[in-house]
Order: sequence, then C-alpha cells, then structure tokens
Amino acid sequence: MAQNTVMKVFVQRDYSRGTNCRFMTEMPVELQGKIDDQKFLHTIQGINEIMDDAERISVGSYFENCLGCLTGYLSLLCFETQYDKCLKRLTEYVNQQNANVYVPQGLMVINPMERGLRVIEICILNVGSR
Amino acid sequence: MSPKRKWENFPGRNKFYLNGRVIMAKANGVCIFTAVLILSTSALFFAFDCPYLYDHVSPVVPFIAIWFFLFSLGALARAAFIDPGIVPRASLDEAAYIEKHIALETSQSQGFRPPARTRDITVNGQSVKLKYCFTCKIFRPPRASHCSMCDNCVDRFDHHCPWVVLLSEDKGSFVDAVKESPARYPFILGLTGFHSYLVASNQTTNEDIKGTFSSRRGQNNYNPYSKGSVWANCVDVLCAPLRPSLLDLRGFIVPDPSDSAERGQYGSVATNQQPAMPAPISQTMYPAPTNTSVENNDTAEQKKPLIPDTSNHGDTLKQDSDRGLVKLSTV
Repeated sequence: MAQNTVMKVFVQRDYSRGTNCRFMTEMPVELQGKIDDQKFLHTIQGINEIMDDAERISVGSYFENCLGCLTGYLSLLCFETQYDKCLKRLTEYVNQQNANVYVPQGLMVINPMERGLRVIEICILNVGSR
Repeated sequence: MSPKRKWENFPGRNKFYLNGRVIMAKANGVCIFTAVLILSTSALFFAFDCPYLYDHVSPVVPFIAIWFFLFSLGALARAAFIDPGIVPRASLDEAAYIEKHIALETSQSQGFRPPARTRDITVNGQSVKLKYCFTCKIFRPPRASHCSMCDNCVDRFDHHCPWVVLLSEDKGSFVDAVKESPARYPFILGLTGFHSYLVASNQTTNEDIKGTFSSRRGQNNYNPYSKGSVWANCVDVLCAPLRPSLLDLRGFIVPDPSDSAERGQYGSVATNQQPAMPAPISQTMYPAPTNTSVENNDTAEQKKPLIPDTSNHGDTLKQDSDRGLVKLSTV
C-alpha cells in the first residue's frame, strides 16, 4: 500500500533527571544522514527548554495553585496557565522548525503534545529520494 | 454528520459527559453517594446547628460554613470529573516501532527465553525498571501504573478511589474533599496525617504501600523523586504548575497527518497532485520479505502472545532491521 509507507522514528523520553518532560538528545539511527546532528540536537534542546519552562515551579505557578484552590479551580476557566502558555510556544517552535529545517529535508516533526508528551515522532516523508 | 471527537473512541473504561468535558470511571455510584452524604449532612447542619451558632457564637459561622461546603463540593467535583493524568496509549506506528526494538533485543539475547519486557533506566542515580504495558503498548513512565478499574495507565498513580471515582493524582484535592466533609471526624486526623506524610516525602500511596523506596529492598534504596527536604517536597507537590490533560478528549479525530503529508503536502490543503513518494519507489524500499514480516507480525498480534516467538519473528525482523527501519504496521 503506497498510502501508509511513511517511515516514523520515535525519540523517547529522558527520565534521568526525574519525571519532568525531557527528551533524549541522541539521534536515532534511522535519521543519520538525513539531518545534521547539530540541527537535530538544537531542536530537541529547544523542546526540552520549553518543557522546562512549562514545569518550572515559580511565583506564577504558586499563585495559580493558590487562586485555583481558593476559587474551587474555577479560576482555571479565566486564566491561561503557565503550562498552557508554554504548550502554545511549543507548537509555534515545532512549526517553525518544521518549516525552516525539517520539511526541506523531507522530514516532519510531530508536536509531542499530540503523542501525549511520551515521544517525539519524526516522519521521514520522501523515503525513496535518498 | 459532524466528525467524531476523540472521547467517543477512547479505549479505557470511562464514562464521558458533556461531550467529553467530564471524564469519570465506569462505576460512579459510590461517588454520587459521597456527594449525597456531603449534601445531606450539610443540609442538616445548616438547618439545625447554624441558627444556634449564628445567635450564640458568631454571625460569621454560616459564611465560613458555606465556604467550606462549596469548597468541599468543588474539590470533589474536580477530583471526580477531570482526567487524573492518563497516559495516552501508543499509536499503531509507535507500538510497531517498540515491538520492532523488542524483537531486535530478543534476537540478540542468547537464552532460551526472551528477556522480560522491561527497560532499566537511571533516575537521579537510582535505577528504576520501566515495565511494558501490554494494554497501552508502551513502556510505562516512571511512577505510572495501570489502573485495573479504568484500564488506563495513569501517570504518578496514587490509588483508584471509589469515593471520588477517579484515580486521584497527588494534587491534594481528594484530601481536601475528605477533610472538609463534616461527617467523618475520626478519619480526618488519620487521613490528614497520612497524606501530609506522603506529600512531605514526595511519594504516592501506591509507592508507599508497595514499599518501592523502602530500605528493606536494599541498602542504597532511596526515593529518586524526593527533592531532599520536607519543605522542598511540599513545594514540589503543591506548587508545581497545573498540568493539562494529555488526552485531548474534545479534539476531533483526524486521519494521521503523515497520510496527507505523503501526498506531497505539509499541512492538509492539496495544491500539488504529484505524490511525493510514488508507489514504485516504496515497493523497492519494502520488498517481499518485509511484507511477510508484516503478516507474521499481524498474526502474532492477533494471537497476542505474552512472550514473542523468538525462532520465527526474531529472525525475519532482524533481517529487516539490518536493512533499515521496517514499517510493520503498513496494514
């Protein structure tokens, strides 16, 4: 079936520093020769930094919790949480990386949020041309 | 017909209300009982005790009581109605990818029996075993556990609480719900104490009961998730940013983006009808042996073996993996 022959590679989570969301910076074997090592590393580190920001304990997150607790978490309907803001940034970042780096190389990074932040899925689109 | 939303095809044993905004466990009778208990005891309090207390103690009592009442209901609603941190199951492609890697490991191992489906990782210097979940087709993240009642893997699994129907995460809303309900003072001190201990040591009920970090399991066993001090753990558990659900229950079911991408598109709108990867090329990329392995894998999946058959599939998969990545889930 020609329809479903896109190869997919999955970058796994890196739990070495705890359960915060981080991804492995090692390049999967299947991507070697398809993308520059440094560019790949840069993308993953970018995603990791955004997720670090999302999960950072800050004054903002403290007040989010306090306000939520006092209002029976109705405040969540009115304010965008720190995490949601960072997820928006993540979507922008992934789209921008795709447009500038990955799609010209015949690759596509799927927003890790669409895979439940468990993996970064990278599609190899034009398998035949390389 | 409007497109289906994701909750309509959700694989776990859950009930959904309000078009996917509310998620509950299948058996929610006890939870309704909890709500009725809170409502009835509060009603009795407001009807009989409150007027006396208003007159003889202080006029603020009813207001504090109303706040407590609303707060406990709110905490109960939040605990019962929202996603407790369910880890989404693997997509077909991801499951196939993991399966291929496991098959590769199996073919490399020398013993008669394939190695157990676990992965050893190190978390903050402590080694942790990740177990493979045969239902969700993933290696469970550390601290996650599969809930037998809801049939989902839940991140930072604490326990499935029938009183609030969903698995409580660590967020303390369950504690609040119990603490504030006026009917159960004898339990309150015990539960408050126990949960404060859990928060202060950054453990879940599950980990505490199993003794995951108990020193009986080994001299150097410690909790790798602990931040070091009671204070830091409390901050970590109570002040961490609120995490959104990972399920996207109200999202629409769309076909895999790679399907449209394959037709030469990034995004969904087609302007170029020329396929980026014509069929003949893909056939040269995936010759006959791959197809047989796909079939093998399929039959293997149908039988759902707990232990993959090393002799057959291991070899074909190894050949394929030597050639490069194999797409196992082409069907």
